Amino acid sequence: MIPIQHFLLLGALLFSLGVYGVLSRRNVVLILMAVELMLQGVNINLVAFAVYLSPQEFRGLIFALFVITVAAAEVGLALAIALRLFRNRATANVDEVDTLRW
Amino acid sequence: MSYEEGLFYLVAVVTGLGGLGVVLARNVVYAALFLIVALLGVAGLFLLLSAEFLALVQVLIYGAAVTILMLFVIMLTRVRDVPTTPVAPQQSLGLAVAASLFGLLATAILITDWGALGATEEMTLVPVRELGKVLFQRWSVPFEVASLVLLVALVGAIVLARPEEEE
Repeated sequence: MIPIQHFLLLGALLFSLGVYGVLSRRNVVLILMAVELMLQGVNINLVAFAVYLSPQEFRGLIFALFVITVAAAEVGLALAIALRLFRNRATANVDEVDTLRW
Repeated sequence: MSYEEGLFYLVAVVTGLGGLGVVLARNVVYAALFLIVALLGVAGLFLLLSAEFLALVQVLIYGAAVTILMLFVIMLTRVRDVPTTPVAPQQSLGLAVAASLFGLLATAILITDWGALGATEEMTLVPVRELGKVLFQRWSVPFEVASLVLLVALVGAIVLARPEEEE
């Protein structure tokens, strides 16, 4: 039996990698990928908690399912926005989109 | 080390390397391919956690649909032509934040007494039949709301991505 800490550590690692990606990248699609990585870390945590801490109820699993659903919706919308951004501004770098910047 | 543990460390290393590739790859297409590796690794972890249904959903939705969508957008926006070298101060700051966050999370995970919180030692297989029952009975309202969210998001995505109509 693998101890629960190992799963949680891997989830934390994936989340931190995602945070690093979001902070260091400038490309919209790459930032989106890093966000996906963070969601994966969270999902590992949720499933590990569900299996180890309350095996009789499936709260964590249901939560993970909803996370996957919402993430799919989010990716669809975000990629459409990226497409529109590229069409209007001919850029995919977030720091070049500064019309609202004071 | 048991067979199960060996498998876990193998899958964990593959997942970690995939994640590292996503945030470090210079080429956008390579980052997307590394993302597929990481997502399939996470599906393997779900299998090791005996949640087969989630592993299946993960492979179908993430491993296939989401990554293909991303590759399509990379192709359509030609973002791969844009150099993706990160700015130096931003990179080191991001590294500092991510490293301190990981340190914080790791200490919290390691100092917690999981046995006292009721962590089981025996892994019970997640029964898919029971999971489906719970999903469609107790969680049926959130389930319907999720389907509505998907519908709205996809309609919105189509409206956003549609080419401008000629006047």
